[in-house]
Amino acid sequence: MIEIFGVPLQALLGQLLVGLINGSFYAVLSLGLAIIFGLLNIINFTHGAQYMMGAFLAWIGLTKFGLPYWAALVVVPLLVGALGMVIERTMLKRLYHLDHLYGLLLTFGLALVIEGFFFNEYGSSGQSYDVPDALTGGTHLGFIFLPNYRAWVVVASLAVCIATWFLIERSSLGAYLRAGTENPKLLQAFGVNVPLLITLTYGFGVALAAFAGVLAAPVFQVSPDMGAKLIIVVFAVVVIGGMGSILGSIVTGLGLGLIEGLAKVYFPEFSATIIFLIMVIVLLVRPAGLFGRVR
Amino acid sequence: MALLLAVLIAAPFLGAYPVLLMKILCFSLFACAFNLLLGYSGLLSFGHAAFFGGAAYVTGYLCKDLGVGPGVGILAGTAFALALGWVFGSLAIRRAGIYFAMITLALAQMMYFVWVQLKLTGGEDGLQGIPRGRLGGIIDLSPDLNLYFFVLAVCAAGFWIVYRAIHSPFGEVLKAIRENEPRAISLGYDVDRVKLLAFTLSAGLAGLAGSTKCLVLQLASLTDVHWHMSGEVVLMTLLGGLGTVFGPVVGAALVVALQNAEAFGRWTLVAQGLIFVVCVLVVRRGIVGELAAFFRRVTHPRKP
Repeated sequence: MIEIFGVPLQALLGQLLVGLINGSFYAVLSLGLAIIFGLLNIINFTHGAQYMMGAFLAWIGLTKFGLPYWAALVVVPLLVGALGMVIERTMLKRLYHLDHLYGLLLTFGLALVIEGFFFNEYGSSGQSYDVPDALTGGTHLGFIFLPNYRAWVVVASLAVCIATWFLIERSSLGAYLRAGTENPKLLQAFGVNVPLLITLTYGFGVALAAFAGVLAAPVFQVSPDMGAKLIIVVFAVVVIGGMGSILGSIVTGLGLGLIEGLAKVYFPEFSATIIFLIMVIVLLVRPAGLFGRVR
Repeated sequence: MALLLAVLIAAPFLGAYPVLLMKILCFSLFACAFNLLLGYSGLLSFGHAAFFGGAAYVTGYLCKDLGVGPGVGILAGTAFALALGWVFGSLAIRRAGIYFAMITLALAQMMYFVWVQLKLTGGEDGLQGIPRGRLGGIIDLSPDLNLYFFVLAVCAAGFWIVYRAIHSPFGEVLKAIRENEPRAISLGYDVDRVKLLAFTLSAGLAGLAGSTKCLVLQLASLTDVHWHMSGEVVLMTLLGGLGTVFGPVVGAALVVALQNAEAFGRWTLVAQGLIFVVCVLVVRRGIVGELAAFFRRVTHPRKP
């Protein structure tokens, strides 16, 4: 058996895989936060609850309505995204002229409402969601057993991140979005419907969170507090990476997931706190974040 | 002010339940400490549970496992919160606005995991049956009434500190920073130092509230350091009125009384969330702020 610093290679690779999966979720969620922040100038505290909703709606769809996994992967993000747009139109819209903190407080309240609702309806115990048939089993790579579903999670998350990057950096809609981030008033003066752009952007960011939730359903237990636990870590990831660049979000998310995996093997007692400790170091050394601009 | 104090001194003799009153007092102090930061300096900390619950753990551990008296226990808890506040503050003020909120939340979550892992906190059970002890080795704090007057004195001292801080030149500088930070800098104020001082003071007072609460309920648990607690203190302050002197007291009394009456049963979380939404969308000034605005309108009607 090969050992690296006293740890069997297989255990190490296993934890790195878990880290990679967590990192994929960090990447998708922090990307959604960054897109919303860029145009709306608010931190979407509801993001974790919307991720949880994605997982829960997928589970409800499967158990109550027989909605297959692949359909849920499309339908659920659209549903949650639409709900997000309703929230933006009816509530967030009224806060843009106020201090940014009110947006944070409102979305925090909404997160409590959503979480409380699911707690009451489904209790705090986790529900399990079966891995879809096409992705059950795994592949022997000689040195490690790779479950197919986990590989799919990493590939799908990365594909979504890259597609988002392409949409924002290369498409005309993305050009509007970037222009709106720089100067919404000027963009409006050019005849672009900025309020609609803002609504769509919020819906898109929320849909990303729900997509991550559906992906997560078969990996983790589907429970009402799955989002809250994750989102606080994602906030730390956002502070570390800064919200300036999309590729930065992806790299930071994946990297921190891997570091967390390594910590589980070598320093188990620090595995829960390592990302926060890294945040402290980054704040001391580079307060604007690794990829951030000072604003 | 004097009237309120008189009512509070008379309250237990008029049939009010002392433990509930003490709980309200402690959370009022917690909310006032938080308001000093958010209401007067515009810094939104989402991690104040770290100071409140951390101090409760320190006091609980000292009083229960090391047999220290309640006075020393509370002082040690407050000192811990002050020190932790200084450390968190110096990290968090490196970023402004919503980053500040995210950093304080993340740091508090880190402390949460630290407390989960430390053996001396009793894990999920928490520290139960913390003795109230004898103050200075003389006054027995076990009877609720004795403890009530002790808690009233501690909280009154805490409120006085907050009141003095707000109505001092230091408080004016805080407000100046909240309104226009670049201008405060250009006027020559060391903005970072003032912010750090406010943060540390707020953390210390939150710790004082937590330590005192730990003697009242004889319990220090993970609930006190959980992010829900950080959210609750934001809720109390927002509901009562940001940046008003008495708002946090009103907000804390309402929230604690509602929790105590189990008014919403299992819908508590949903109700709390809805209160947030309504406060932010409709009554941004909070109860006390709206009342004050109403009286201003009545007494000084605008000329047509």
